[in-house]
Amino acid sequence: MANRPVFFLLIGLAITLPLSLLAGRVWIDPFAPETRNAVTILMELRLPRALLAITVGAGLGGAGAAMQGYLRNPLADPGLFGIAPGAALGAVLSLWTGYAVAAYALPVFALVGAAGAMALLALIAGRDGGIALFTLAGLMIASLAGALMSLAISLSPTPFAISEIVTWLMGALVDRGWREVWIAAPLTLAGLAFLVAAGRSLDALTLGEAAARSLGVNPARLQFILIAGIGLTVGAGVAVAGIISFVGLIVPHLMRALTDRRPSSLIVPSALAGALLLLVADCFCRILPLAGGELRLGIALSLIGAPFFLHLLLKMRRGLV
Amino acid sequence: MILSANAISLGGRLNDFTAAIRPGEVTAICGPNGAGKSSLLACLAGLQQVDAGDVTLDGAGLASLKPQQRARAIGYLPQSPEVAWDVCVEVLVSLGRLPWKNAPAGEAQAAVDAAIAAMDLDTLRQRPVSTLSGGERARALMARVLATRPQWLLADEPLANLDLAHGAALIARFRQQADEGRGVVLVLHDLASAMNHADRVLVLDRGMLAAHGTPRETLSAEVIERVWGVKARWLGEDGAMGLVLDGSTSTPG
Repeated sequence: MANRPVFFLLIGLAITLPLSLLAGRVWIDPFAPETRNAVTILMELRLPRALLAITVGAGLGGAGAAMQGYLRNPLADPGLFGIAPGAALGAVLSLWTGYAVAAYALPVFALVGAAGAMALLALIAGRDGGIALFTLAGLMIASLAGALMSLAISLSPTPFAISEIVTWLMGALVDRGWREVWIAAPLTLAGLAFLVAAGRSLDALTLGEAAARSLGVNPARLQFILIAGIGLTVGAGVAVAGIISFVGLIVPHLMRALTDRRPSSLIVPSALAGALLLLVADCFCRILPLAGGELRLGIALSLIGAPFFLHLLLKMRRGLV
Repeated sequence: MILSANAISLGGRLNDFTAAIRPGEVTAICGPNGAGKSSLLACLAGLQQVDAGDVTLDGAGLASLKPQQRARAIGYLPQSPEVAWDVCVEVLVSLGRLPWKNAPAGEAQAAVDAAIAAMDLDTLRQRPVSTLSGGERARALMARVLATRPQWLLADEPLANLDLAHGAALIARFRQQADEGRGVVLVLHDLASAMNHADRVLVLDRGMLAAHGTPRETLSAEVIERVWGVKARWLGEDGAMGLVLDGSTSTPG
């Protein structure tokens, strides 16, 4: 029972992944493989892009599930801890200074930004293990990183840098290759391992902080595990794809009803569903005919996500009445 | 296995408090609002770091125990009936097995089944928590604590949301746990419950121990007047006493 969603999601991914490789500006007919450059398009463009969508989606979905479990709030989003804005700030600085032209510079800057946000969180974590203070600290880090990003944009040396920064902030998987896969995949997998390890403690938190501690949860240790897990998954995702919102919010919601609703049974299904959602969404972005390029993945997901969020709020309000 | 607080102090809420609590008995913690009852219970459960003194279980400091070890020995039922996710009763009760990470699955299931049976929840097993009444939810949360099979049961106002029948049933469960040799410590604001059902009563007054002993000694009219600031009399017979306030009362201090 508990593994049924995981099974179906794995099958869904196994079917969607090869199909997604065929779609794009150049459609590839698997039964007529004489399309020009078919192998190059598949191996050098579409396969890494699809794997990247899976990686980033899995990270965001898993992080969202863990975050909602930790804050005991279905409206929580992995961006709340300030790790995504920290990573974005790093990336913006690499564009601002011009180092981004060098290979690896942008993702490395972003990872350093994420690590900075994680270090700040770790400084605050562990004192008394309280959730409210920790979350407020995360929000402050997010708002500080946001302000510094705006400052960088307003002080930008050239209009080109501004345009590059703004475009990059609207997350996308265009023109990414194997290099990004090798950066993001190991970090995301490691992060997901941390999140899965936090599962039992998150289950205990279902009963509130005091009861969780009475069940043997070490709140300070849990905070460090979550900083590592969310930092690695979200930091790696932002480093290679920019800001992609709402996946971490929506996906755990869609999955929760299919599980026994314990946070620990939600993390793996959410990771798989996030991977599937991003894979499909990126495919649509690629296919959608749009003058002047393609729809940015980050924008597409926000366009789906915002109405969903509104629907959720309205449903909750009805529940409260 | 004696649970004892040795000269503990806690930020103005508890002041040089010392008491030893024996297993096999139901101990009630009573006192006026703000006397430090919940703080004391949290300290006894090892959830609250004390400023001075220490809490020991069988001579070993609670602070030195691993969280998991402590969780296996002491079950704690907080006052808030919070359940963040709409899990079903069986899943909720199974959360009580979290401290026993490596126990065999059969043992875990047996403990969950026994706890569900003890709290009379068999027909509600698959019901989501959100559909339970207040009393049913309180029983499910209690079953969660029982599923851990702890040596000590500490509960903060366990009778607060229960009607007469369910309150009486829960008290019978606590009595049964004590008779099986476990220690039961309850914060009770209803003095009649403490008088009728506890073996020992700790009376707290502004963070200090005002009285410790049998209910008859500690909840006498004289102590009630001194600590609660009201004149009252006990009526009725053993095990079915009622507290009646006398007409003129001084304002509570």
